[in-house]
Amino acid sequence: MMSTTSLKIVFLMYYLCMVKKSEYRDLFPGALELMILRSLNWKPMHGYALAQRLKDISEDYLQIEEGSLYPALQRMLKTGWLETEMGLSARNRPVRIFKLTDAGRKHLEQELASVEKMFAGVTRVLALAGR
Amino acid sequence: MGWIPQLFTRRRRYAELSETIREHLDEKIADLIDRGMTREGAEQTARREFGNVTLIKERSREVWQWPTLESILADVKFSFRKLRKSPGFALTAILTLAFGIGANVVVFSILNGLLLRPLNVPHPENLVQITRGKGDDSQSYPDYRDFRDRDPSFSGILASEYIRAGLSIGDSTQKSWGTAVSANYFDVLGLQPSLGRFFHQDDDRGLGSAPFIVLSHDFWRRQFGSSAQVIGQTVRLNQHVFTVIGVAPRDFSGVEVFFWPDFFIPIVNAEQVTGWSDLCCRDHMGLEVLGRLKPGVTWQQATGTLNSLARQMARENPKDDGLTLGLRPPGLAGNPAAEPIKKVLLGIMLLAGLVLLAACANLASIFAARTSDRGGELALRMAIGATRATVLRQLLTEAVLVSLMGGTLGSAFARLLLGWLSRWQGFDIPTHFLIVPDARVYFVAVGLSVVSGIIFGLLPARQVWRTEVMRTIRSGNVQTEHFHRFALRDLLLVVQIVVCTLLVTASLVAVRGMQRALQVPLGFDPEGVTMAQADLRMAGYTGETAFSVQKRLIEAARAIPGVTAVTVADSVPFQSGSGWFVYKWDTTVFQPSHMSFMASTYLIVPGYLNTAQTQLLAGRDFTWHDDDRSPRVAIVNRTFARRLFGNTSAIGQRFALWASARYEVVGVVEDGKYASMGEDEQSAMFLPLAQGVGEVKASTAVVLVRSALPRGQIAAILYRTLNSVERGAPFVVSSWEDAVDRSMVQARMATAMVAVMGLLAAMLAVTGIFGMASYTVSKRMREQGIRVALGAQRIQVVRAMLRRPAILLLIGSGLGIGAGLLTTRLLAHLVSFATPRDPFVLAGVLITMTLLGMIASWIPARRALKVDPARLLRE
Repeated sequence: MMSTTSLKIVFLMYYLCMVKKSEYRDLFPGALELMILRSLNWKPMHGYALAQRLKDISEDYLQIEEGSLYPALQRMLKTGWLETEMGLSARNRPVRIFKLTDAGRKHLEQELASVEKMFAGVTRVLALAGR
Repeated sequence: MGWIPQLFTRRRRYAELSETIREHLDEKIADLIDRGMTREGAEQTARREFGNVTLIKERSREVWQWPTLESILADVKFSFRKLRKSPGFALTAILTLAFGIGANVVVFSILNGLLLRPLNVPHPENLVQITRGKGDDSQSYPDYRDFRDRDPSFSGILASEYIRAGLSIGDSTQKSWGTAVSANYFDVLGLQPSLGRFFHQDDDRGLGSAPFIVLSHDFWRRQFGSSAQVIGQTVRLNQHVFTVIGVAPRDFSGVEVFFWPDFFIPIVNAEQVTGWSDLCCRDHMGLEVLGRLKPGVTWQQATGTLNSLARQMARENPKDDGLTLGLRPPGLAGNPAAEPIKKVLLGIMLLAGLVLLAACANLASIFAARTSDRGGELALRMAIGATRATVLRQLLTEAVLVSLMGGTLGSAFARLLLGWLSRWQGFDIPTHFLIVPDARVYFVAVGLSVVSGIIFGLLPARQVWRTEVMRTIRSGNVQTEHFHRFALRDLLLVVQIVVCTLLVTASLVAVRGMQRALQVPLGFDPEGVTMAQADLRMAGYTGETAFSVQKRLIEAARAIPGVTAVTVADSVPFQSGSGWFVYKWDTTVFQPSHMSFMASTYLIVPGYLNTAQTQLLAGRDFTWHDDDRSPRVAIVNRTFARRLFGNTSAIGQRFALWASARYEVVGVVEDGKYASMGEDEQSAMFLPLAQGVGEVKASTAVVLVRSALPRGQIAAILYRTLNSVERGAPFVVSSWEDAVDRSMVQARMATAMVAVMGLLAAMLAVTGIFGMASYTVSKRMREQGIRVALGAQRIQVVRAMLRRPAILLLIGSGLGIGAGLLTTRLLAHLVSFATPRDPFVLAGVLITMTLLGMIASWIPARRALKVDPARLLRE
């Protein structure tokens, strides 16, 4: 009995050692994810369209390579917020379309709510500070 | 655990990922061409803006990988490489742990095999043994029948007893051991025959009604070559015909742990074989009774119903007066007679645990020293981006790896040793020790390895955690040595030395105990005596007719040239023996509650005392006239005389065994040992073979021959001679000395095991002290070089370097001896005749520890003496 517990502890330690520091160069932690979720909630898109869309809406705030979307997309696929299905591009080519799952939609709502709360707080603090 | 299906879908995920990225680029290129770029330019731009495709694919894939497993593999590979580069360290660490874990596996396997392993029958958990009063296991047959038929708590109750018989197949007869069992035996145990059929309750139609025999699988293989033709054949047990009806399952050995009977017969037919009526009376107790509890019935409920039955039985039968019943687990685990074995095993298990502790302490200090020496490398790894956690994880991997290798090696070694031990046949009865490791043992071994790996792997953690990268890279060491302070490593060494001292104490106590046991007066002299034993019942004699044969055997043996003395008895000390309750002469109620004591009883002929060299202290030896026509006489030992008659002379006094068995004491002999060296004073009596015990005459014969001839020669002649006198009864010839030795097997084994533990601990302590001393020496070489250059004497240098290990050795030994004295009581379970307070033991421990210290610091001291300041300062 003792040994299984200790086994668990070893693995736990390994696991803790493995958790990597977040590598985002975001506006704030989770901003990229939030933008992806929000865009896809508006309309399911394929990768290139999504990249274009993000570039359009973020203007210069988000300086990323298009490719960096993909690790984020894979993470979200794994978590179960997104799923893929085959569809057609604007040029009528068969492409993989990313769309939100129910879990993704729920997560988006929660995140939006908390971001709004945070912004409200920031605005209020800034307004008070300016007085 | 979602990662298992993930492993399978991963390939598909990767393909999909590549596709998606390709689609992305295609769309983009098409878009750019539409805006007026050339195809080539568009492709270039698309790729530039997308980024490094391979890297992005790699990072996207990582999302799906099980990071832990894959980086553990990398760690394992790296650790292997590291260990290969320092084989000395790896070998020391692995061997140290192999000893520690090997010792534990051996002891635990024995413990597991003898005490923990359940009986090899279906649902062993609801089988219980029904005991009588205070842990006495034997029941009588009429009582058994009452339990079986009248107790509501059990779905079935069985009875069994061991019997010895000459088993004849065709013309050849051999001595064999079997079990006489109740007819429902196999059904209660829930067994199916591997051939033929078993007997059942309805085969039992009263005394002598079921002449059937079931062979054990092993006996069937040995004697009948596993032939199916055996069913329906007849064999003879002590010349009574039995029909073979079945063969027991392969691994079934009855309800005992290591006794492997050759056959099973219904108990209603046992009387014709043994000649002893075990079924008639409530005071003939010789049966082991096991019950299978009905589902849902607790032990408490069953004890309750049994005891209300016992009260009823006590009212109905005077011989059951005061009967109380209890339950215990079957086998050795619950057997009060096995209490000493259990204590010895648990004691040794504790010592083995201590050895492992010492091994871990040793390894922890080796690992700490190694971490400290690898400071430069570790600091460099941290400087180029490894986190402290990563470095630590790698060190831990290395430690667990080493411990698993050590564990594997130790288990393999233990397996070898146990395989050899389990084939050992040291007794007169067929035994088989199932002590070869099973899954449970290997589980424990792996557990021990991993746990000890973590324990000693984590100790250097503090070092790693406090590493100051910059300083370390400059100086090359993880930490500047704090020699003035009491360090963790010192503590580890003290722990080791304490454990070592304790184990050395234990082994010296055991050896001393054994040595003193060998000097205990036996009350007879077995040296040079050869004995030949046979059961004349196997040749068809009864107690009434056996005496003439016994006399002829003496005559035949006396004629052998080179024989100085010959005698015969029904049994002799350390070979076998019976015990009878002794009552005062004026007793009228012969019930156990009225008896004075129990005495070991031997039936002898005139001249026995002379042959055995047992001293007659008063009175006379028997004569050939002390036969069944003359008054019954007895020779008793001193303890018997003192207990029954006090300080008055025993000669001419009288006592009784039961109403019609009354004796007059004609002689008193010296006290002796009768079954084991460690036993307390025992009462013993010798009665004339011609008279028997009351009406009971002996049918066994042990011929004792004292001769100066070589043992093998006299044994061969004796065997030939006796067999020519009586062909029907196979004689077994052995030496009396061996029989005495065999009684010490348990004590010898315990001594050997404790001594081995002591040796292992001593080895560990030597390496521990050696490691500490040489480490100190190498670390302080430069400093001492300067001191020598400034004019210090060599001896001062040595003193400076070895002071710390010496002080630790002193502290450790002191604590160890103290602990040893505290464990006096515990050790008393392991060995008789000696304690840690014995001055020889104390002196031995001191000398051993001093020697160990000197051996361990010899090489470091020589290195310290060779300090060459010129060379050291130049480097």
